[in-house]
Amino acid sequence: MKVVLPTPLAAYAAGRREVEAAGATLGELLADLDRQYPGIRFRVVDEQDAIRPHIKFFLNREMARSLAAGVAPGDEVLIVAALSGG
Amino acid sequence: MPRLAVLVGTRKGLFILKSGLDRRRWSMEAPHFLGEIVNHAVLDPRDGRTVLAAVRAGHLGPTVYRSADAGRTWREARLPPAFAKAAPGKAGESVSHVFWLAPGHASEPGRWYAGTSPQGLFASDDGGESWRGVDGFNAHPDRRKWIGGPQDAPPDGGTLHSINVDPFDASHLYIGLSGGGTFESRDRGASWSPLNRGCAADFLPDPDAEFGHDPHCIRVHPAARGVVYQQNHCGIYRLDRAASRWVRIGANMPKEIGDVGFPMVLHPRDPAKAWVFPMDGTTVWPRTPIGGRPAVYGTSDGGRSWKRLDRGLPKGQAWFTVKRQAMGADTLDPVGLYFGTTGGEVWSSFDEGARWHCLCLHLPHVYSVEAATAA
Repeated sequence: MKVVLPTPLAAYAAGRREVEAAGATLGELLADLDRQYPGIRFRVVDEQDAIRPHIKFFLNREMARSLAAGVAPGDEVLIVAALSGG
Repeated sequence: MPRLAVLVGTRKGLFILKSGLDRRRWSMEAPHFLGEIVNHAVLDPRDGRTVLAAVRAGHLGPTVYRSADAGRTWREARLPPAFAKAAPGKAGESVSHVFWLAPGHASEPGRWYAGTSPQGLFASDDGGESWRGVDGFNAHPDRRKWIGGPQDAPPDGGTLHSINVDPFDASHLYIGLSGGGTFESRDRGASWSPLNRGCAADFLPDPDAEFGHDPHCIRVHPAARGVVYQQNHCGIYRLDRAASRWVRIGANMPKEIGDVGFPMVLHPRDPAKAWVFPMDGTTVWPRTPIGGRPAVYGTSDGGRSWKRLDRGLPKGQAWFTVKRQAMGADTLDPVGLYFGTTGGEVWSSFDEGARWHCLCLHLPHVYSVEAATAA
C-alpha cells in the first residue's frame, strides 16, 4: 500500500515522499518500512513501541493511535510530523 | 596534512570550523544535519577521522550518525542507543536524546560510550555502528534512587554526561548525572559507586548526602594519573585520587564572581591548569555572565588562585550562556581554547586565554564545542 512520508523522513527513501510497504497492521507495515529503509522506524516509534510525541499516523485519513491498527492493501497511510516548535 | 577541526553542535545543525595547525585562517563547511538538534559531536582522537554526532530532529526520535572521513560523509548508526524493552505490563523508558559521546580508551579503538536523557549509559564496540545498554548502570537497583524524579532534573530532562575513561585504566569509568551526582566504576561499568564526598548540594537537606548532587561537567586529566576537576551546580572542585574528598577550589574565586558555571576545561598536559566560565547563580539563577561582562577564569596552580581572562571579549551587555559541552581546548602549544554561546557565537583564544577572538557569529544556539586534530 502507499505510504506518504513527511519531509523529515524523506532522506531515508532517497528523497521520495511516497513509498510502498506491506503488512496487516500498522506495526507490521512499519517493520516492512524499516527493512526497506533501515532506521526509519526508530525515528517515529520508540523502544517501548510508543508512537513518538510529534508523529501522527493516519489510515485513510483516520488517525491511528496504536501499532495494532489494521491495514489492508489499497489503504493509504500518512505519516505526519507536526507541532514540534520553532 | 593534519588540520584543526572545531565541531560546533547546535540546536539546528552541526557546523565544522577548520584551520591549519597555525590557527591563522579558518573556514566553515556548509552545515551538517541542518535543522536537527545536535547535542554533541566528537572527533575520535585515536584515528583523527571518525566523528560521531548525537542527532535528533524536533519531530523524530534520537539517533547517532557516524562519519569515517572527518565529517565529509555520514551514515546513521544501525542500532542507536535505546533502553531495553519493558516486560509486558511494566512501564519502560525511552531515550529522549543522546546527550554525550565519549571515545573509549586508547587501547580499545572501536569502543565509544554514550550518555542519554533520561540518564542511561550505552556502549559501542564497533565505532558507533551499534549500541547496547550498559546494564551495570541502566539496570542497577539503585539507579532510580540516584537519578530521582522530574523535579530533580534540568529543564530539558535528566542527563548522563561527563563520561570519562581513566587514561591509565580502561576499566575505570567516571560519569556525571544531572541530577544524581558523580559516579565511578572500576569494572568497565558492571558496578557503580557514588563519588560525591566533599561536594556541596545546597538544594539537599543533608550536607553529607552520598548522592543527589548536580555535577555540571567532570573532566579527568588525560596525562596526570588520578587528577579530576569538576564544575558543579554548587562550586568548582578538584579531586586527587590519593584523597577521597573533593576540594572546593572555587572557594578561591573572587567572591563577586562566585564559582557557578557549566563547563570545565583542562590543559591537555599540565594538570595544574584549568579554565571555567563563571555564570550568575544569584537570585533566580540567570546563568549569564556576571554583570553582563563575560570572562573566562583560569588557574595555573591547581585552583589555589584564579585569573580573569577577558581581553577581547565583550565589555558589557553580553547575556549569553555557555553550556557544559560548549567549551573545550585543542592539544596544540600554546593550547587553544574555544567556547560557543547560546547566542550563536564561537570565541577562541590561541594563547591559553590571554586574548580572545570571535571565530564566527550568527550560528544557532550552541550546545557543544569540541576541538581536535583531524588526520
